[in-house]
Amino acid sequence: MNQSPSLNSFRGGPDEDGRFGIYGGRFVAETLMPLILELQEKWDEAKDDPEFQKELASLGAHYIGRPSPLYFAERLTEHLGGAKIYFKREELNHTGSHKINNCIGQILLAKRMGKTRIIAETGAGQHGVASATVAARFGLPCVVYMGATDVERQAPNVFRMKLLGAEVKPVTAGHGTLKDAMNEALRDWVTNVEDTYYLIGTAAGPHPYPEMVRDFQAVIGREAREQILAAEGRLPDVVIAAVGGGSNAIGIFHPFLDDKEVRIVGVEAGGKGLDGEEHCASITAGSPGVLHGNRTYLLQDGDGQIKEGHSISAGLDYPGIGPEHSWLNDVGRAEYVPIMDHEALEAFQLLTRIEGIIPALEPSHALAEVIKRAPKMGKDEIILMNLSGRGDKDIFTVGKILGMEL
Amino acid sequence: MTARMDRRFADLAAEGRPALVTYFMGGDPDYASSLAIMKALPKAGSDVIELGMPFSDPMADGPAIQLAGQRALRAGQTLAKTLQMARDFRLEDADTPIVLMGYYNPIYIYGVDRFLNDALEAGIDGLIVVDLPPEMDDELCVPAVERGINFIRLATPTTDAKRLPRVLENTSGFVYYVSMNGITGSALPDPSLVGAAVRRIKEHTTLPVCVGFGVKTAEHARAIGASADGVVVGSAIVNQIASSLTADGAATEATVAGVEALVRSLASGVRSAKLAAAE
Repeated sequence: MNQSPSLNSFRGGPDEDGRFGIYGGRFVAETLMPLILELQEKWDEAKDDPEFQKELASLGAHYIGRPSPLYFAERLTEHLGGAKIYFKREELNHTGSHKINNCIGQILLAKRMGKTRIIAETGAGQHGVASATVAARFGLPCVVYMGATDVERQAPNVFRMKLLGAEVKPVTAGHGTLKDAMNEALRDWVTNVEDTYYLIGTAAGPHPYPEMVRDFQAVIGREAREQILAAEGRLPDVVIAAVGGGSNAIGIFHPFLDDKEVRIVGVEAGGKGLDGEEHCASITAGSPGVLHGNRTYLLQDGDGQIKEGHSISAGLDYPGIGPEHSWLNDVGRAEYVPIMDHEALEAFQLLTRIEGIIPALEPSHALAEVIKRAPKMGKDEIILMNLSGRGDKDIFTVGKILGMEL
Repeated sequence: MTARMDRRFADLAAEGRPALVTYFMGGDPDYASSLAIMKALPKAGSDVIELGMPFSDPMADGPAIQLAGQRALRAGQTLAKTLQMARDFRLEDADTPIVLMGYYNPIYIYGVDRFLNDALEAGIDGLIVVDLPPEMDDELCVPAVERGINFIRLATPTTDAKRLPRVLENTSGFVYYVSMNGITGSALPDPSLVGAAVRRIKEHTTLPVCVGFGVKTAEHARAIGASADGVVVGSAIVNQIASSLTADGAATEATVAGVEALVRSLASGVRSAKLAAAE
């Protein structure tokens, strides 16, 4: 199998075939190959084009609201009595999560490629909203595939997408969640290759998506690295982020990968526990396989059939993970831990009460890990957490579980 | 093993007609019925059998084949059982080539070496693995070809002249031309466009070119067969099976009989088509 892209760096991947070690690659139908090769060519041109980078930065500043703040969570730090806790506030971005960073980048690329129709898949609806938003901003029609189960549990985001002019297509195949939405989006793409751009929302899929999405999201880590140096004069001891497909996580992790003293922790959805079937902990409880264009850790049975998984958070409800995370796990640069539904729910409530921030259920998983670790760390130590999305979309889900009338 | 496939196409070329290539999903709606369907296919006039390996996430398939895969998985079909089905079939038919068709992950999990050994021993002649393009040839294609199992590649309308040689590089057995962009079970393409595409592919290869996607009737089979070395029928057969099942998905007397009747009709279609691109 392939060596790591550079012996001296964890940041050099993927190789020219899109591999991170044995992970990644281009496992797609022949119909899509010419498109994926064209996408790679256009992406390679764009990323070295100062004009492209200038437009990306300008939209980042004036449309998304970058840089997002780095916030010292003083009361949470006091409450936990250990390490200093900083949040990278991606939930303050336009549309309420980190997803917009990637969408702005990819739609600029779609325009560059002359594509006239955007399709996207969505789980929690954050990527769907971000896709619908940039499609509206650039005047392109947009179709969002969303699992029927998710359409039901993320009603506010469905409404937002429709307001933004996107067509939301519920997918009933399988369990009607993110994986099924991605299958359906791929089917659309295979059928409409000429005019359609597939705006993948996470750092997974066939090469070059994992690399490209990472690069668009790495703005999170680049800013956070500068901001923490300015605030504390040093790097954090631990960086923590929730991982579904893993785009917010790879975005904040990547610029820290070569800082050997910084521990990197990805938090997977432990659902109702790893003993049963109801979780989405691909690395902790899965095994390597091939799905949706890449080799990566997957939840699957002994016959290679993909399992459905479960998480309280629709955004983590995916039986795979971005290939770079699989590689970072195997080479030991990052560790991946599970957090259960109930732990995330408790963290959600704690942050709401103690800092006046309603986090999305996805970063609530990262937060639950912070809550576990911080008290065991010294007061002079620093945790940086990616607060990747806001919880407005989740209040109905949480209200239902807590038995509150809405 | 390659010999069986080459012999079949050589015989058909001598006969002057295209091959009828029939697809069905292994284990749909249950093992015994599916094996009975497989055995019925050559008797009804099928020249090459594509045996579908069910996968939970068939990204390139339309609703008909998605549902067939779900029925098969629900009935307990696994890759091991699909190989067993081929073995059982070979007890009575030593001549009809069998091509396994599906997605890579179940093979990857089974283990590539073990899979190729078992496939050879089960009498498999070729593989079509939808999500392994030429860029991924090291995974399965190269080891399969080394062992003497054909690796049949899909060419599509997006496969341009620049890409075609790459697509054909390690392919053998036949070339499967997917006559339109899209998922399985879509509408019939324009036969004249198909003819032009087949001629374009034949400029680059001496392999037979079989055309699929959208063929449902004897008339379609005749029209497409006029300009190709073979006609692939999949969704129509799978739909025929689906329509014969009880409300809870169980096989009926019409399940095997319905497929037999459909394939017999399709076979009359290919038999009335002239082999256009005679070698």
